[in-house]
Amino acid sequence: MIRKLSVPTLPAVALLAAAGAALAQDCPIKVGVLHSLSGTMAISETTLKDTMLMLVAEQNAKGGLLGCDLEAVVVDPASDWPLFAEKARELLTVHEVDVIFGNWTSVSRKSVLPVIEELNGLLFYPVQYEGEESSKNVFYTGAAPNQQAIPAVDYFIEELGVEKFALLGTDYVYPRTTNNILQSYLQQKGIAAEDIFVNYTPFGHSDWATIVADVKALGADGKQVGVISTINGDANIGFYKELAAAGVSADDIPVVAFSVGEEELSGLDTSNLVGHLAAWNYFMSAETPENTAFIAAWHKYIGDEKRVTNDPMEAHYIGFNMWVNAVTSAGSTDVDAVRTAMYGQTFPNLTGGTAEMLTNHHLKKPVLIGEIRADGQFDIISKTEPVPGDAWTDFLPDSAVLTSDWKDLGCGMFNTETKTCVQIKSNY
Amino acid sequence: MRRTFLSANPSVLWFLLALALVTLGVTVMAEAGTISTSFVKTLGKTLCLCLIAVAMDVVWGYCGILSLGHFAFFGIGGYAIGMWLMYARTEEIVALSLAAQALPPTAEEIRSAIGTQIFGVVGSSEFPLIWALADRPWLQLPMIVLLPGLLALVFGWLAFRSRVTGVYLSILTQAMTLALSLYLFQNDSGLRGNNGLSGLQNIPGLKGVGQDRISIWFFWGSAAALAVGYVFFAWIVSGKMGSVIRAIRDDEARVRFLGYHVESFKLFVFTVTAMVAGVAGALYYPQAGIINPAEIAPIASIYLAVWVAIGGRGRLYGAVIGAAFVSLLSSWFTGGGAPPVPIGFYTIHWTDWWLVLLGLSFVAVTLFFPKGIGGLFDLVQPRPVADRQGDYGPDAGAWRREEGEP
Amino acid sequence: MLRAVLLALAALVWLPAAAVAEDLQTLLQAHKAEIEAPSRRSVGEVLDRLVASGLPGVPLFLERWQDKRVFLRASDGLFYYATPEGDGYLLTAVSDDRAAGTASRAEMTELRPNGGVRKAIADALVEFQLSDPDIGRRRSAVDAIARSGSANQLAPLRASIPTEPNPALKAAKERLADILAARFAPTADARVEAIANLGDDVSVDVRAVLNQILATTTGVARVLPEGANIARVLTPGSEALPVGTAYGLLVEAGLVPPVVGRDDIKAALVAHIEGGRVGGVAVEDLGSDAARLFAYAALADAGVVPPTLAPNEQDAALAAHVFYEEYVEPDPAISDAAGDALRAIETRVGAYQVADIILDALSLASIYFLAAIGLAITFGVMGVINMAHGEFIMMGAYTGYVVQQFVPGYTLSILVALPAAFAVTFTAGVAMERLVIRHLYHRPLETLLATFGISIGLQQLAKNIFGTQARPLTSPAWLDGALSINDVVSISYIRIAIFGLALMFLGLILFILKRTRLGLEMRAVTQNPGMAASVGINPDRINMLTFGLGSGIAGIAGVAIGLYAKVTSEMGADYIVQSFMTVVVGGVGNVWGALAGAALIGFLQKLIEWVNPSNTLAAQTYMILFIILFIQFRPKGIVALKGRAAGD
Repeated sequence: MIRKLSVPTLPAVALLAAAGAALAQDCPIKVGVLHSLSGTMAISETTLKDTMLMLVAEQNAKGGLLGCDLEAVVVDPASDWPLFAEKARELLTVHEVDVIFGNWTSVSRKSVLPVIEELNGLLFYPVQYEGEESSKNVFYTGAAPNQQAIPAVDYFIEELGVEKFALLGTDYVYPRTTNNILQSYLQQKGIAAEDIFVNYTPFGHSDWATIVADVKALGADGKQVGVISTINGDANIGFYKELAAAGVSADDIPVVAFSVGEEELSGLDTSNLVGHLAAWNYFMSAETPENTAFIAAWHKYIGDEKRVTNDPMEAHYIGFNMWVNAVTSAGSTDVDAVRTAMYGQTFPNLTGGTAEMLTNHHLKKPVLIGEIRADGQFDIISKTEPVPGDAWTDFLPDSAVLTSDWKDLGCGMFNTETKTCVQIKSNY
Repeated sequence: MRRTFLSANPSVLWFLLALALVTLGVTVMAEAGTISTSFVKTLGKTLCLCLIAVAMDVVWGYCGILSLGHFAFFGIGGYAIGMWLMYARTEEIVALSLAAQALPPTAEEIRSAIGTQIFGVVGSSEFPLIWALADRPWLQLPMIVLLPGLLALVFGWLAFRSRVTGVYLSILTQAMTLALSLYLFQNDSGLRGNNGLSGLQNIPGLKGVGQDRISIWFFWGSAAALAVGYVFFAWIVSGKMGSVIRAIRDDEARVRFLGYHVESFKLFVFTVTAMVAGVAGALYYPQAGIINPAEIAPIASIYLAVWVAIGGRGRLYGAVIGAAFVSLLSSWFTGGGAPPVPIGFYTIHWTDWWLVLLGLSFVAVTLFFPKGIGGLFDLVQPRPVADRQGDYGPDAGAWRREEGEP
Repeated sequence: MLRAVLLALAALVWLPAAAVAEDLQTLLQAHKAEIEAPSRRSVGEVLDRLVASGLPGVPLFLERWQDKRVFLRASDGLFYYATPEGDGYLLTAVSDDRAAGTASRAEMTELRPNGGVRKAIADALVEFQLSDPDIGRRRSAVDAIARSGSANQLAPLRASIPTEPNPALKAAKERLADILAARFAPTADARVEAIANLGDDVSVDVRAVLNQILATTTGVARVLPEGANIARVLTPGSEALPVGTAYGLLVEAGLVPPVVGRDDIKAALVAHIEGGRVGGVAVEDLGSDAARLFAYAALADAGVVPPTLAPNEQDAALAAHVFYEEYVEPDPAISDAAGDALRAIETRVGAYQVADIILDALSLASIYFLAAIGLAITFGVMGVINMAHGEFIMMGAYTGYVVQQFVPGYTLSILVALPAAFAVTFTAGVAMERLVIRHLYHRPLETLLATFGISIGLQQLAKNIFGTQARPLTSPAWLDGALSINDVVSISYIRIAIFGLALMFLGLILFILKRTRLGLEMRAVTQNPGMAASVGINPDRINMLTFGLGSGIAGIAGVAIGLYAKVTSEMGADYIVQSFMTVVVGGVGNVWGALAGAALIGFLQKLIEWVNPSNTLAAQTYMILFIILFIQFRPKGIVALKGRAAGD
């Protein structure tokens, strides 16, 4: 029986041996996709799941990876944070995926972190976030605060002459931390504490009349007022509607948003919002051949010419391609080998230039500031030089002394004053 | 004739036997590697849900108080244990990193470093007052039962005293959960706002023990808690007190006129079930790994009522069956386990349609099968029906005759 | 004198020569880099050069540059005006705006000056636009001055006032001239007069200019400086100047040594560890603050570190100095005038703010009322708990959205959407009553659960059909904007419309209940169905209609809520608990109760928000707590039914 079986397989084994690296590889290579397909986050995350499926299909069309086909394993954590941890464990232990692309909200990432670190998985996280974290097992392809918030504030101060800031946010960790960093940064820039107005509202808040009136009243001491908005999701609709109704034009009180992109604007009539701003690393209106090709591929894949592209999609695009290149150069999908091969990987941005993966697991990429147009797209009016993502902000005293370097220091939370590694595992 | 507790309640023995078999089976399969750690955790969590469902059944099915706020107590239990778990685990990490410094750390330095670690993500490093006991487990852990108990006692006292009953009470309990979850959503509450407490699966002092081990221990713990809770509640509802409690459900005014202090009985049931809910929560969240305010949103408590209703009110095993059946089915459907159904022009993906199905089946159960799944057992062994003549009372619409306990 | 004449002559000769020699394109090419990528801080120079050139095409160029209508052609590097046509652009030359052919999209780059640069351009345009025949241009010039407010704009602005034909714009110009004069008029008397002219105007820009005049700096000295325009003297330890800040000022002025803090002590100790000991204490014993202080004191005695400061020394240093706020404006007459004016204005602003909060509260109350009034009928009058009420609101809003997809024109579509929403939710309500609720009368808890099942089903159904992304429901243009009484009190038209709608429905429902046969029958069935049936009323039919009416109103409320906020599948869930609260607090079984409940909740929420403006979430928590307590003390709500109608 054994003999019978082994004889015909002999030539195949010889072939495989000749193929070298492919022999060591379990086929197919599995790519976990951990995005909510139901619940409140579904609309944002379903788009990313589709992006991943498109990227995997494209890669397979190019001949796969290490001689194997890629297989996407999609699970649905249903916008339920504990379920994220459960599904991550399922991906790593039951499906034995080689890499996970997933998560949107910070709390879901914090939920997944202990599992990924315990089982030595690999996660690519594509959304702009509050920083203050650098896990050995996570690559952050979205923007850290210094790649979105800080340049936007600089733009406010330098280009718009804003002297008084209203930091409006939804009450959760990303706005809280970002606003903390910004408050500290603004004070270092010489903005007095009483010139910074902070307000937090619940998710989905709809009654904005009083808050908009408060913001308008800030101008009573003759300083130019600007709004930094970390308002998330649906709440933006009521907020922008109230802004438009109150006649707050971008010339009087400019608003820069960190969570409003093409997708969010599609639920709004933007003709009254022209000139308000958003800061991202990507806008759909970027005029480069790569972007045109990406949008065309996306429209073809999804079968709908009206669908927009957005920043986290670009982050997945860069992250996935970097991972593919790292696997190719490492010759295996082993997490530690791929991780080492990731450092210094470069890949062209969709907006021009190249992104580079740093040893702190963040990307170095340019920051764009766009003005809202009447058609719901953005006019890119400012593009910085590539900014290296900073895991630990320089503008909070506790974090300023910390640095992350997984290549040479082997530590994501290294205290540069005492020259010690504070901890290897992350806070969650 | 006085019968012993077990002979009066044969279902308790059957239940314990079934639970023991499930526990044994899961343990064997987990050891053999047939079921994954994540599934053991799911099963362990389901047992905790069964426990709170039993508590809910006592308060609703037996005492007639439709509480739409029991998940608040569940959550409080989770937060109470979560604070200790988080503090202790962070303390281990911090002590290790501070030991590397040039000077030995002062007590205050350690505390502020722990604070930075825990509250760093929400931009603070101060310990709020609410964490005062977190460093002393022998004081913090009793909070798992004391806090829910106290809240239930105060709330129940206020509500029952002013004779808030029926749907008003339901709405009021719902408002209580909403207020609590909104409060916890604030960062100022000192419990990390929307992020909640995370990393709870790492038990302090068990650093070298893998999650496969810890998950099975928690599974055993949950099974034991469910067994104890089940027997305890079966004992409560079977005695004389049980009769009074059921009488309150059927006609509160009549019981009051018979000289019983109705408020005390209701308050007792409400408070005890809240405490058990706290225990269930304390076992649930270390298995889930994270607790945050979304867990205690009003919808969670309504789902609890759904489980009990589908399982069958007024019988404890019904609540267990309902909770286990619906929550496992739900995770099977939403987890993509159910195959899509093509119906020609459209394909039904169950991740999208499961809630619609659940909603409809819920209407169907209320309309057509008020006894729920547990009612199926009556087909095997019909319940003895009390030989009562005439109607139960003046409220003509009630189905007490059909649903009533003997 | 002779020199002046010569200079004037030279200027006369040179200016036309320059104009002839330079054409706008050439001038622009000379500043190409800056025009392509301008920055607010450096664009001023280019603008000055453009304006100084006196070329006739400059104002047009500046306007088009501001409007993002200037393009750069890659092939020849020249600037063009372009208007999109078909797949490409129609070009005109910048110098004379004459047709200059066409170009494809790929070869043209749009110039995109940012907001700051656009503002600078608007400033540069002021001098061309102030007396322009086009009123739109004159308005934008006035807006530009109002935004930037610099000294050199005062004279041209004043010069343009006498020739201004439009009375409204003339008044605006005069007011603006006063605002500028308050800061920049050459003499103190003129400034005081301008301040007096501003009167008690509560607008933001008037307060802004007064506050700018009243700007202060904090200073510290041994004795109060002579001749300074002192605003007030500060006491250390007061709210305006905490002790720490006061001491920090002293340190900053170099008058005292800095406080040695915990971290400083630690750093100093670490720096002076010698052989495992520091200051005579073994390192392993330094695990407490007392030990560290002791070791530090030893080091200080040895003179290697600065000594710590005793608290009494700190107090003595504070007592030995005087802290004060000094006006930047040196003339006390002006600062006094501005201070008096501002105080008068602030009092009025306070009163207006209260008025604004009351308006906001009224608006919120009307929204709650609209959301709850349908429930007041089904729950309050029929005693049926309808957890799917929120989903009826959602269905109404989505009906509005769907109608807008098919009916052109926002005004018409809203007029169609309101009855359509009523029809859809009325039908849904009747269907639900027939299929489910009818079987569950007298079993309120079961009704609650069954309708909850329907609610989650409907919510998911909406997600499956419309997706989870919010859908736009756009209000007609005549509801855009806000009714502004002044800069403090304003309310958007859409909220006024919702308020009107709420009033209308209050009247309508009262009319139906009290004045129509249907209402009479409804009340009869509610109070005693058996008796009602025996006098010939069909209770089934009445229940069905009542439920349909309540649901239909929820649908209309959905359209209104969708107009001012958002349309998502979860919008109903946001209102359901609030609506129940409204009905329960107000008193069940009574439309007036719902009104009282909505008013109480709306006003309470705004009041808490006003007390604690930075945390809206807290307001909601406290409100619910209040409601829970309120029901303890008034279980039957504000407007309680009495007698038989109360049902118990």
